[in-house]
Amino acid sequence: MDLRDTQEEAAFRTELRAWVDANLPAEKRGGRGGAQRFEDPFVREWSRKLYEAGYAGLTWPREYGGAGAPHSFQAILYEELAAAQAPPHVGVIGLSMAGPTIVAHGTEEQKARYLKPILAAEEIWCQGFSEPDAGSDLAAARTRAERRGDVYVVNGQKVWSSFAHIADFCILVTQSDPEAARYRNLTYLLVDMHAPGVEVRPLRQITGEAEFNEIFFTDVEVPAENRLGEEGEGWQVAMTTLLHERATLGFALTATLDALFGRLLEGARELELPPHMREELAREWIELQAIRFTNYRALGTYERTGVPGPEGSGVKLRWSEANQRLTKLVRELRGPEGILDDGWWNHQQLRSRGNTIEAGTSEVLRNIIAERVLGLPRSR
Amino acid sequence: MDFALSEDQLELKQQARAWLADRFPLDRDWDSVEDRWSELAELGWLDVAEAGLGFVEEALLLEELGYACYPGPYIATVGFALPWLSDEQRARVATGEERWSVDVDGYVPWLGLVDFVVADGGTAYPARGEEVASVDPSRPFGRLDKADGEPLAGNRNLPRARTASAAEALGVAQRALDLGIEHAKTRVQFGKPIGTYQAVSHPLAQTYTDVELARSLVYWAAWCVAEEDERAPVAAGAAKAFATEAAVVACERSIQAHGGIGFTWEHPLHRFYKRALWLEGFGRRPAELRLEVAEAVLA
Repeated sequence: MDLRDTQEEAAFRTELRAWVDANLPAEKRGGRGGAQRFEDPFVREWSRKLYEAGYAGLTWPREYGGAGAPHSFQAILYEELAAAQAPPHVGVIGLSMAGPTIVAHGTEEQKARYLKPILAAEEIWCQGFSEPDAGSDLAAARTRAERRGDVYVVNGQKVWSSFAHIADFCILVTQSDPEAARYRNLTYLLVDMHAPGVEVRPLRQITGEAEFNEIFFTDVEVPAENRLGEEGEGWQVAMTTLLHERATLGFALTATLDALFGRLLEGARELELPPHMREELAREWIELQAIRFTNYRALGTYERTGVPGPEGSGVKLRWSEANQRLTKLVRELRGPEGILDDGWWNHQQLRSRGNTIEAGTSEVLRNIIAERVLGLPRSR
Repeated sequence: MDFALSEDQLELKQQARAWLADRFPLDRDWDSVEDRWSELAELGWLDVAEAGLGFVEEALLLEELGYACYPGPYIATVGFALPWLSDEQRARVATGEERWSVDVDGYVPWLGLVDFVVADGGTAYPARGEEVASVDPSRPFGRLDKADGEPLAGNRNLPRARTASAAEALGVAQRALDLGIEHAKTRVQFGKPIGTYQAVSHPLAQTYTDVELARSLVYWAAWCVAEEDERAPVAAGAAKAFATEAAVVACERSIQAHGGIGFTWEHPLHRFYKRALWLEGFGRRPAELRLEVAEAVLA
């Protein structure tokens, strides 16, 4: 156990910090996330810079354009980018979900075709998992893929798809065999979002903006070679995606919470806070450290055993609730002004309500912990 | 950055778990004051430095002592008093000859059992005085009669003491969770194990996340103490606030998951609950610690 950076880690951190200082103008720091992140053309330019400097796909294998770096470097990258309040890479779905799933299940042709453009921010990906009648229950997906010769014909509707309106490709979970048993009935497709029959409609959310979309598929022809994994094994492939979403998410989430907390502190230091608010603030700071060091422990287990440990399974759950409490606490700290829409905290607080729903609702995550970590009997 | 227990540390923890489970099973005579102190000396737990180990290993032992609800004054002697002691005094602690405690806010844990007490910011007194009952009957207090004091050679180490309490609380929380899981798997109502019902399983899942977060803070604080890192005071305050509160809530949720049996004297859960309440209240309580943490964070 040694919580200090190794020599290599310290060197990487120093070099990264200098690079960020040289490449990220002050006025591009501190964006509030949400839909704003893909409206500013600088975000694509920034993403390309990250790629050119070798920071996109840091842990991906070298043959697919990655840097083959250890996961601890990825953690440092998240920490430093969050500390600099840098905008995210625009291809977040490609980087954290589509890419790793293609690395795990793709053919050599698919890897050669898709991976590099993801890193270079040349092609943007979106996720087609949730449906109006299949949210937490992904296996109930009804978007139909029918095999006709060398294509799949896709019909159906997906929802809660961020980036779909600017995406070039979609990782799509389809129902390929309604007769087959549950978990053997799905097929995972890589779909060209510019194909005829794909229609994207923005979905206006609680914050007033449209960060997510609905996607409608009408007789969309998807070449059979765009299938990822075998027909009927879409569930298994999708689980890889979700595992990656949850495994790599911890550090990114904690880094954003840390940045948010830093911003909160800047304001709080100038106020005379009553003891109960100071105590609440400390409670959230402690929770943040607990989540941070839980990520490090999970990473330590992962690097030692090659398998993600159970420690990290609660991180998304705790982060989402912490983010909700923290952003509400800011309304309290702002006193009479807490009722106003200041354009930044107001957005953070409203947006945080999605945190306990997206990427696995808190209820589903508690089921997963109860069943897979604690070994309690299945609830359904 | 390497935040995982080493093979040796994991082995130490497993050995401690097995030894304690054998000597202090749940179906023990809970009124017995037998604490097998001389065996602790033989195991080397009273002087881990002798084996080249440090405070991280002591924290792991304390975690396991909490898991077993161990009755003896290990935390008082090793967790609280040790940094005050001279090499000669430490040597007598190592062999099991001397047991120590500390005076905190006028109360001395195990006053009737230990030999000496640290009080008044660095004076050693022979342990004499009147006993006072505490929430945890295995951890009585006493009011020290201050006579025949001698100055001590060592220094206060508050982060170390707080982290010791936090580590023990972590073990208590883990045990309460394990007991709750076991009961939820085996107790059948309405034709199914009650762990099938989310109203039962979800609070246990929440406890699991509490325990893992507490573990992260405890090991972080233990490492800071062992390395004399400048963050040790704030890490220890955070760990004690979080872990002792988590232990209390873990026991409360476990009692609830157990239903009626969890409320009986016969079931061991109340022993762990009382230990958790003791740890939460000893020294500084979570709310006070959070105000200290706020001071550091807002500075």
